[in-house]
Amino acid sequence: MLETIAQHPIASALIALIGLALVFGALLGYAAVRFKVEGDPLVEQIDTLLPQTQCGQCGYPGCKPYAQAIANGDAINKCPPGGQTTINELAALLDVEAPTLDEEHGEESDIPTVAFIREDECIGCTKCIQACPMDAILGAAKQMHTVIADECTGCDLCVEPCPVDCIDMIPVASGIRQWSWELPAASHKQVANLIATDSGRGHTQRNTSDAS
Amino acid sequence: MTQLIKVWDISGGIHPPENKAQSLLEPLATLAIPPQLVLPLNQHIGAPAKVLVEVGQQVLGGQLLAEADGVFSAHVHAPTSGTVTAITDHVVPHPSGMTDTCIILDTDGEDRWLALDEAPNYQDIDKTALLERVRAAGITGLGGAGFPTAVKLNPRANQTIDTLIINGTECEPYITADDILMQNRAQEVIAGTQILSTLLGNPSRVVIGIEDNKPAAIATMRDAAAGTTIEVVSFPTKYPSGGEKQLIQILTGQEVPAGQIPASIGIVCQNVGTTAAVYRAVRFGEPLVKRITTVVGEALERQRNIEVLLGTPIEFILEQHGYSEKKASRLVMGGPMMGFSLPDTSVPLIKTTNCILAPSRKELPPPEPAQACIRCGMCAEACPADLLPQQLFWYAQSEDLEKLEAHNLFDCIECGACSFVCPSHIPLVQYYRAAKGEIRQHRSDKEKSDRSRRRFEFRQERIDKEEAEKEAKRLARKKAAELAKKKLAEQKAAAPATEQNAPAAQPATTAADDDKQRAKLERLLAAAQDSLKQAQKPQDDATEEQLEKQQARIKQAELKLAAARDKLAALAPASTVPPAASKPVADDPVSAAIERAKAKMAMAPEEKLRTTLESLYKRLTKAEQKAREAREQASDNAEALEQGVAKLKEKIASNQKELSELAPTSVAEPTPRNSATPEAEVNVANDAASQAIEKAKARAAAMGTMSVADKLRNQVESLEARLEKSQARLLKAQADNDANLDAFKTGVEKLEVKLAATREQLAEHNE
Ligand code: SF4
Ligand code: SF4
Ligand code: SF4
Ligand code: SF4
Repeated sequence: MLETIAQHPIASALIALIGLALVFGALLGYAAVRFKVEGDPLVEQIDTLLPQTQCGQCGYPGCKPYAQAIANGDAINKCPPGGQTTINELAALLDVEAPTLDEEHGEESDIPTVAFIREDECIGCTKCIQACPMDAILGAAKQMHTVIADECTGCDLCVEPCPVDCIDMIPVASGIRQWSWELPAASHKQVANLIATDSGRGHTQRNTSDAS
Repeated sequence: MTQLIKVWDISGGIHPPENKAQSLLEPLATLAIPPQLVLPLNQHIGAPAKVLVEVGQQVLGGQLLAEADGVFSAHVHAPTSGTVTAITDHVVPHPSGMTDTCIILDTDGEDRWLALDEAPNYQDIDKTALLERVRAAGITGLGGAGFPTAVKLNPRANQTIDTLIINGTECEPYITADDILMQNRAQEVIAGTQILSTLLGNPSRVVIGIEDNKPAAIATMRDAAAGTTIEVVSFPTKYPSGGEKQLIQILTGQEVPAGQIPASIGIVCQNVGTTAAVYRAVRFGEPLVKRITTVVGEALERQRNIEVLLGTPIEFILEQHGYSEKKASRLVMGGPMMGFSLPDTSVPLIKTTNCILAPSRKELPPPEPAQACIRCGMCAEACPADLLPQQLFWYAQSEDLEKLEAHNLFDCIECGACSFVCPSHIPLVQYYRAAKGEIRQHRSDKEKSDRSRRRFEFRQERIDKEEAEKEAKRLARKKAAELAKKKLAEQKAAAPATEQNAPAAQPATTAADDDKQRAKLERLLAAAQDSLKQAQKPQDDATEEQLEKQQARIKQAELKLAAARDKLAALAPASTVPPAASKPVADDPVSAAIERAKAKMAMAPEEKLRTTLESLYKRLTKAEQKAREAREQASDNAEALEQGVAKLKEKIASNQKELSELAPTSVAEPTPRNSATPEAEVNVANDAASQAIEKAKARAAAMGTMSVADKLRNQVESLEARLEKSQARLLKAQADNDANLDAFKTGVEKLEVKLAATREQLAEHNE
């Protein structure tokens, strides 16, 4: 055995390489079958980035179809509810330059809304229930309907079908518990009333204490 | 006394001017009771408390006004006696300057108190009761964020606490509230520390940490702690050593891992003020209704520390201290580093207010405009949390949330050391706060969108399933119609078209080889019917008990009878009905009707009555029992229950009568056994069922053959019926003055229009 190898170094090297190639090929082939990923992972990934409002403003019947379309090469700036944040994330995922939102599909709105049914005007026609992609409307035929605000994505789709126009889109409650700091304005002129973030404070304080 | 205990150092930190002397010149004072107190329901981290009082209600000092809503919440008590005049939205001390729900209490100046639940022997109280006393007092952290203290003192079962740290650092400039507390009430702090130690299972090390710029406090605390195992440790002054994680590092050398709480490494930290409040709550049952606050700043005539009731409006405090609005550059709650500007002087003082700062313009001038970051790196040197503030600033500006998290933005304690040293005057902390808010928002959005996706997908699935079902049904109907048509054609071919309406109804031919079996079954049936009759006979004059027994017997006989009939029926279609018709199509309406008819047949009217009777009996016994119980307890319901019993009895009586009337006839009915040929017997037994079957089949067949005119006529008829019904409904709605009257009206109108159109069509067709 050793002798043969020594006598035919090139041949034995070739055999060894071919053998290895076969073994790994088989292994990889097996792994590809055994650990097959269901569905298209890219579409899934894109879909997780979309806001799931299911409003159809992108021109597709929901977020998943748009995700599919993006995977097939459609533009990534067609989702107004997601806005720039979503575009940025999509751009990062697909490794492309982030475009700005395509205004044709609507404007990004800063104020999230939820549907609200004026319940005394509702005639119980169930039309809005059928329109809601979120199953966020509760009601039965001839019964008053109401919106589960927590589940409503504010997609607006229930407003149009209502025959008596009793659905309004109202801004989501924004009280003290939803409040959060805003980025300082570029000029910093109007931050005169902020304290912990006042940058000039330290220096003048030093001056005053020096003086006293 | 020299210090032998080793202390560690933190990285970064700054030395801002301390400005602590001015408020320590005067002794601790107590502020008068203001005419009105404003008590926010949310003075702590967590859920707002739930209001327990009503507007107009008289309350005493110490009375619970709002109770904690869940574990992460805290009680709110009345600081003095008075009247609740409103529960309304009021500006609260919050950086947003927004309003929140507050209880407004008009004080009466008498300061009458509830009797407090004192515990002179508090050392003997067990842990659970101790914790309950702390919780009942509504104590939250008095030093900073206002975390409910009871929660912090109740570490998870898997966390053993080996170090208790009492935070007397008070590193922020200007504030001296803790300093004066330790100077004046060292005994209370020590006693409180001992209670906390007991609560936490006597940790091996109990340390009180004080910065070395408070020599008086250190001295009194050391005296008070003499003879106990409590260590009083002083360490070099540096901002921000008072941060929880920083203090832990200074006193133990340990670092709390990012994103975790100190309890995860066996340490609990409490502020000295909180500790004293815990003592007062446990020893005297005193709720947290007042605190010590530093009132300081050059815009005031008097600068000092005061003990003041929670809910006291800031303007009242300022009035007492000669506040000059002209001199002040702004009004700050908290210290100059971590506090926030107050939008309004009407905001109240709350549990977390450790300082009210009214600086002059000279003291705290408006910030200079920010310039570009020159990448000097001074901020990174100053940061006590070892972050890279300039990088965080960069990413916050470009809203790169991922990078911010990767650079541990959430480890930032918002101490402001970085913005303090920044030569470009960049308001760094505000960027971090905004970015943190953005990230939190983003997280909750993600959560919501995930939930939305699940809901949407679930809905999609459901709709698909419904569609598939509908499609299947449609196919089945089509198939049935085709079958019926085919059959009809066959029959037309076989026989003249006289029996058009009942093509498959005639179980015409009988297979001869089944005769024997059928004869046997018939005998069985006859026997069963006989025994049923027997069982039913003496029913009229039976007592209830007998009746019941008899019913059981009847049941048995009937079961046998039904079984026999079933067998017979099964035999009959198999041999008599043409194969095409007997083939059951799953969702076919015709076969469904057949099934239903069969099921009905199995349940004869007398049996139905009997089942109702039985269930009535059961209900009666239950009702009687209930009534008896109610009577025994002299309950108000007794009468109503008895009435119910009487009604039930009536119902039973009427049912029994009906049954007795029915029994002979219905039993007699299926027994013309001598005269009947086998076929007739089958026909009689299956009478009702086969009728229904016939009808259904006829309908199915007719659908295929009906002329257009017939169809139209049918439609007109059904429309007329529907119209009649809706009109009746409309009338009723009018009578009741129903809210949906308009909807009803449009419905009727629509139907009328449709009817007219169909009629027209029909007329056209007839021409
Ligand atoms: S516009 Fe955005 S949120 Fe609306 S369906 Fe399309 S991807 Fe979904
Ligand atoms: S309730 Fe209306 S707005 Fe809200 S998710 Fe449903 S359809 Fe959209
Ligand atoms: S505010 Fe945050 S980043 Fe700035 S020094 Fe303090 S901990 Fe560091
Ligand atoms: S201290 Fe200010 S200027 Fe210097 S690196 Fe930090 S942010 Fe930039």
